[in-house]
Amino acid sequence: MKKIDRSSKVRTGFHQAKWDEPVIFELTKPGERGILVTKANPEVQKAVEGTSVLPSFLQRETAPALPEISQPRVLRHYARLAQETLGADVNIEIGQGTCTVKYSPKVNDQLASLPQMREMHPLQDESTCQGIMQIMYDTNRYMCEISGMDRFSFQPSGGSQGILTMASLVYSYFKSKGQEKERNEIITTIYSHPSDAAAPHVKGFKIIYIHPDENGYPDYEAFKAAVNEHTAAFIVANPEDTGVYNKNVLKFTKLVHENGGLCGYDQANANGLLGVTRAREAGFDMCFFNLHKTFSTPHGCGGPACGATGCTKELEKFLPGPLVDFDGEKYFYNYEITNNPSAIGKVREFNGVAPVILKAYAWIRSLGPDGLYQVAKTAVLNNNYLFKKLMELHCVDAPYIPGKQRIEQCRYTLETLFKETGVSTADVQRRMMDFGMHYWQSHHPYYVPEPMTLEPTETPSKEDIDEYIETLKYVFDEAYNNPEKVKGAPYQSVCHQLDESNMDDPKQWAVTWRSYLKKFN
Amino acid sequence: MSVKGFKNHPYIPNSVPEVEQEMLHELGLNSLEELHAEVPDEIILKREMDLPEAFGSEYELRRHVEGVLKKNKTCADNLNFLGAGCWQHYVPALCDEINGKGEFVTAYGGESYNDFGRFQSLFEYESLMAELVDMEVVNVPTMDWAQAAATAIRMGCRVADRAQALVSGSIDRQKLAVIKNYCTPDLDIVEVAFDPATGCMDLADLKAKLSDKTGVVYFENPTYLGVMEVQGKEIADLTHAAGAQCVVGVDPISLGVVAAPRSYGADIVCGDLQPLGIHMNYGGGQSGFMATMDDPKYVLEFPSRLFGICCTNTPGEYAFADVAYDRTSFGHLREKAKEYVGTQTALWGITAGVYLATMGPKGMQEVGETIMQNAQYAAKQIAGLKNVSIKFSTPFFKEFVVDFSKTGKSVAEINKALLEKNIFGGKDLSKDFPVLGQCAMYCVTEVHTKEDIDRLVSALGEIL
Repeated sequence: MKKIDRSSKVRTGFHQAKWDEPVIFELTKPGERGILVTKANPEVQKAVEGTSVLPSFLQRETAPALPEISQPRVLRHYARLAQETLGADVNIEIGQGTCTVKYSPKVNDQLASLPQMREMHPLQDESTCQGIMQIMYDTNRYMCEISGMDRFSFQPSGGSQGILTMASLVYSYFKSKGQEKERNEIITTIYSHPSDAAAPHVKGFKIIYIHPDENGYPDYEAFKAAVNEHTAAFIVANPEDTGVYNKNVLKFTKLVHENGGLCGYDQANANGLLGVTRAREAGFDMCFFNLHKTFSTPHGCGGPACGATGCTKELEKFLPGPLVDFDGEKYFYNYEITNNPSAIGKVREFNGVAPVILKAYAWIRSLGPDGLYQVAKTAVLNNNYLFKKLMELHCVDAPYIPGKQRIEQCRYTLETLFKETGVSTADVQRRMMDFGMHYWQSHHPYYVPEPMTLEPTETPSKEDIDEYIETLKYVFDEAYNNPEKVKGAPYQSVCHQLDESNMDDPKQWAVTWRSYLKKFN
Repeated sequence: MSVKGFKNHPYIPNSVPEVEQEMLHELGLNSLEELHAEVPDEIILKREMDLPEAFGSEYELRRHVEGVLKKNKTCADNLNFLGAGCWQHYVPALCDEINGKGEFVTAYGGESYNDFGRFQSLFEYESLMAELVDMEVVNVPTMDWAQAAATAIRMGCRVADRAQALVSGSIDRQKLAVIKNYCTPDLDIVEVAFDPATGCMDLADLKAKLSDKTGVVYFENPTYLGVMEVQGKEIADLTHAAGAQCVVGVDPISLGVVAAPRSYGADIVCGDLQPLGIHMNYGGGQSGFMATMDDPKYVLEFPSRLFGICCTNTPGEYAFADVAYDRTSFGHLREKAKEYVGTQTALWGITAGVYLATMGPKGMQEVGETIMQNAQYAAKQIAGLKNVSIKFSTPFFKEFVVDFSKTGKSVAEINKALLEKNIFGGKDLSKDFPVLGQCAMYCVTEVHTKEDIDRLVSALGEIL
């Protein structure tokens, strides 16, 4: 045998698990069972009438047409589907810009799986919940220190619900002044998350968009023209998805305050700012953090999550209630603070996604103030390292502030590549999958042509980042030398190119197996 | 100057000083402080954050958190009869096993190419749930029942093109608060009284309030107070006659034995997935579903992701993608799309799918039967106590209201005494529904044995 050549910097031998697993209904075998169910004690059965007490119209006539599958086959089915999912545990997750997909410590998952977390009912007597209430109380304090806000609610159960909660705080604030009808406009930017517009719209606000200036900052002149007596709030991310930090943020928040409005900070992009700069000093009255992003809790295919929403003392009384407090001896739910007719009331049943709060708490405690600062600095270092290497490539560019630093992510453009080869960002994205890598393009609509949004976070090593860059370069080279290869990708994924032509056609779309069978049998 | 930061942290590979320096040099920088050059000095935090120092090891972290959590008293170590929106059911081992798969736990927003399994398992969840609720379209789940109800109400009002929703007055007060916040200022939410004798909707009040302004009538089956809404068909008929949409909230674990709401006229069905294989998690296991028939009139009103099946360029291969993506605020229309979408509770959806696949038709039927038998037995035994009665005469599913008003003791006092016997008594309704007097709502499910119930009854007997 000769020495084995391991010099390739790109994983050309990768193949994603591909099981060709049937849709679960195809696995049904009449008579098979996945689990045996506890029966009532025979004496209980004898003593009562059971389902026959139901009026006949409320009795189910035919059993639900669920599949009948043995336990090992159910397990194997889902174990295979898990293998066909490229979670952050298995891939170098650099490509999901704006999503802060970082390492989620396993110890935190294990702690959240303890019976003292899982087997807790939210309406138990407070004396029996002191552990989790302490976690909530302390996490609130940490969030306050990290942001400079005075109080957080953990009811918002995702970033977008955090935005809704901020818009609701704005509504409550002006309602308390009897001005909710006049103060009906919220200003945001085109680079902010779609929910920064969509969620406030649900609360009845008219949305005003500010476009970027030549630096990628929200255009101040346009902003000045937009702020007036109808301005309820300015809701914005900083940095926005471009990774450009708006240096003039104080000027913006000051102008809104001078005009009687409020400022809400979308801190979805907070990972590069921990311990470096805070919402309060930038002039914001409220903000939210994605605990499933910045605080690692993790993403869970899209939740459960938490969009912890904080605000200043002045707005505290409008937060969703109750809030957790401590009287020196015990933790308790404080209903008084938020007990006023203008308050939000609630945005979620009970008091938030407790396991997520617990995991964020554990993450903070595993890092401390030095560690959080290191997270921010390394995330920014990784991003600027990646940025420098990619900007050296002919076919990659990024709009705004040339030669200056980005924060924790960047939206690149592959427009040159597309013009010169006909290979689009969507083609590159699919081809990256053939090497076990993924990236995300952009929110819609695309303001940056042929976009590619990358956010390395603090998790990848330098080798990981180098491998990601080498793989991108490999695909770019391919685009110039063999564009059809890239356009035909993926080849090594679970599936080949999708034909989504039925997705907007009511006659052909199928959200469920029964709809599919109805339309295509 | 001391070096800020945390070198060689196990979660941060590039915190190794040599690597950090190498990367800084690549950027022409000397220290971490030179990063963030674009953040103006006046808003830079000049001090270290006032947070507790990091634990020295994973073990110390674990010891600390376990120590804090030990202050909790669990429903596993105590006997629990609380329900009211979060319920103790048996969670099959497969649910935890799949729910804990790292690939699912750490995936997020990819496409079918990298997250195929996530798409398929959520498509399957939608499909399994559709069989249970006897509908054709189910969403990738939202936050909780309250959010699902709020969105279903907004959807129904858009379909009806009207701005008022009539909501059953027996609804959970916290759910009502969520709905009101979510629907204000666009919609008017009006409560319909319930009959204090039956716990069901007061049809005379419904008739009085229904008008050509009414877009939606929302009720639950079983109701928040546990009883079955035995007038479901009458309510749906009245609703439709007024040109409004009928939205029904339902407990999915009842649907192995209870008729699905479409059979008596529901247009949109919603509820919480938590009973389907998800631990209570102190209220963190809630997950909202919505379901309709496959009619674009309804489908195009969903704000949620809807994963549909499609083909690929390779024969015999299927894949999954978003149905009518531009409905959602992720599409091109942003705020002009339907409400908003974002991170919600996908992993609980996958878990509920595992539950339904594991239980099968027989399991769902049996669990429904066991729950009803156990709950009826508990109610019957409790009703045998002196001065105690079951408040409503209507059949119920797993929750029932116990009236302690004639015992001379408040529910708070009774629950305190039960707690001393390691029993979590039913939810005290006296604050939320003062009209009911000293009533508590007890929840009994398949997890309760006859011995558990007998222990509760004898404890109540001693206390009263």
